[in-house]
Amino acid sequence: MNTLAVPAAKLPQAGAAPRALRPATGEAPWVRAALIVTALVFLTLFLFVPLAAVFVEAFKKGWGVYWAAITEPDARSAIALTLLAAGISVPLNLVFGISAAWAIAKFDFRGKNLLLTLIDLPFSVSPVIAGLIYVLVFGLQGWLGPWLQTHDLKVIFAVPGIVLATVFITFPFVARELIPLMQAQGQEQEEAARVLGATGWQMFRRVTLPNVKWALLYGVILCNARAMGEFGAVSVVSGHIRGQTNTMPLHIEILYNEYQFAAAFAVASLLALLALVTLGLKYIVEQRVKHQRRGAGDRAE
Amino acid sequence: MLLSRTLLRRHSVLPGFDLALGFALLYLSLIVLIPLSAAFLKTFTMSWPAFWEAVSSPRVVASYRLSFGASFAAALLNAFFGLVVAWVLVRYEFPFKRLIDALVDLPFALPTAVAGIALTAIYAQNGWIGQWLPFKVSFTPLGVFVALVFIGVPFVVRTVQPVLEDVSRELEEAAATLGASRLQTFTQVILPIVLPALLTGFALAFARALGEYGSVIFIAGNMPMVSEITPLLIITKLEQYDVPGATAIAVVMLVISFALLLLINTLQTWARKRQGGI
Repeated sequence: MNTLAVPAAKLPQAGAAPRALRPATGEAPWVRAALIVTALVFLTLFLFVPLAAVFVEAFKKGWGVYWAAITEPDARSAIALTLLAAGISVPLNLVFGISAAWAIAKFDFRGKNLLLTLIDLPFSVSPVIAGLIYVLVFGLQGWLGPWLQTHDLKVIFAVPGIVLATVFITFPFVARELIPLMQAQGQEQEEAARVLGATGWQMFRRVTLPNVKWALLYGVILCNARAMGEFGAVSVVSGHIRGQTNTMPLHIEILYNEYQFAAAFAVASLLALLALVTLGLKYIVEQRVKHQRRGAGDRAE
Repeated sequence: MLLSRTLLRRHSVLPGFDLALGFALLYLSLIVLIPLSAAFLKTFTMSWPAFWEAVSSPRVVASYRLSFGASFAAALLNAFFGLVVAWVLVRYEFPFKRLIDALVDLPFALPTAVAGIALTAIYAQNGWIGQWLPFKVSFTPLGVFVALVFIGVPFVVRTVQPVLEDVSRELEEAAATLGASRLQTFTQVILPIVLPALLTGFALAFARALGEYGSVIFIAGNMPMVSEITPLLIITKLEQYDVPGATAIAVVMLVISFALLLLINTLQTWARKRQGGI
């Protein structure tokens, strides 16, 4: 199919050939420039301008308004709830990620591919539906609703529901970072540790963990960013009670709908800052993981 | 004990299989599988006509049309520009390249609500970009499209980039030696190699866009029949205490998402084979 024979007429004519000393596998300078400009214009219109807008709008009415917006009681309670939700869901998914990666990467068992697919499932579910399914389980008309009500427990429209929805949304992050790396590393090192008499815990702490620490950190960073920024799923289960069940993204929505744009963007700028820090850390860790993967690849050869 | 005896294909000296897999399965069931099954079980309690009525009323169908149409168009735009961005990042040198490369992941890191209000502000008629456009973007279906483009940017770039990095220069040199122009080399040598990754990126962006909520609702205007996306309709029904109606629509979306997930997995396997073969 890929016949590359070109009719003789289309071949560059010998006399006109060396326009420049560019290699045969490079593009003409104007093509190169056009492509770079196209890419930059696209990224500017859809990424860079929105990012800049967050900060410009946040400071439009000055430092005073900005500071007031992020320190008023409702904002503070939203920040606290966001930190709480992330503080619970990230460690839970970290433990899950390590367990799943250990089983999948180091052992050969039936149903492994199915398990891998199921771990990715939360990524393909709309956040709104993620919230809805917890309403179906814990809501008043849900499976456990009547039982919860008789015991005076609240999950939906309360903090536990927000945490659960956040856990669901951030479920795959750590596992996904760990599994490919641990699979590439194989199990020889752990086996050697065991043969040399290490206990399971010693082997894990001294061999496995140091080998995956950067990927682990990377997974935690991504997990945390998503946990703090989740909107759709949390919006369904929160009930939007000011000062009680509002996370930062929900607080932004309320401010925005009340036309308090500067305040909304002020709170948003905190999350945008978090996103930038996340990207920075991600970049650093990515370099390390790349380095380590290369190392793992060399060892395998 | 039980898990290792029934599932393990090969005996291993490494410890912890039962504990690790046992915990992983328990956690997966509690957080993901059981709650998800609740959605399907809930719809089984509905009669067929009631289910059909809930998922095919005109307002719902209009929302499918918008969600699918806008997601498809946004994924298509991202496929084209994503390929250009990936190409430029892999092949050329220019100022701030590393910074720009890192910022491509912004839609993954920036909360959707933040993206939503920012896009609404700049594409509004008095906004930085909106004021230069002859047509309205914010509060129209076009706004939905803009938001979905934003959240889809990293998918194509990040799936195509590593494949493009691996394209061997020898192939291109061979093509050039045989007299192919740069454009011919691109369309007949490079494009077939990156095509599986490009399709995967397209499908990922499309799947993500279908379920997106946070960035869209601010910019869409949310007019029933015109600019109301399906996820918003689910929330609207929930707020009207129509839980069965909301669940029925959610099940339709879930089935489509799972089908897309299957498609994406197949595409990825194809991509891996294609790459391994070269």
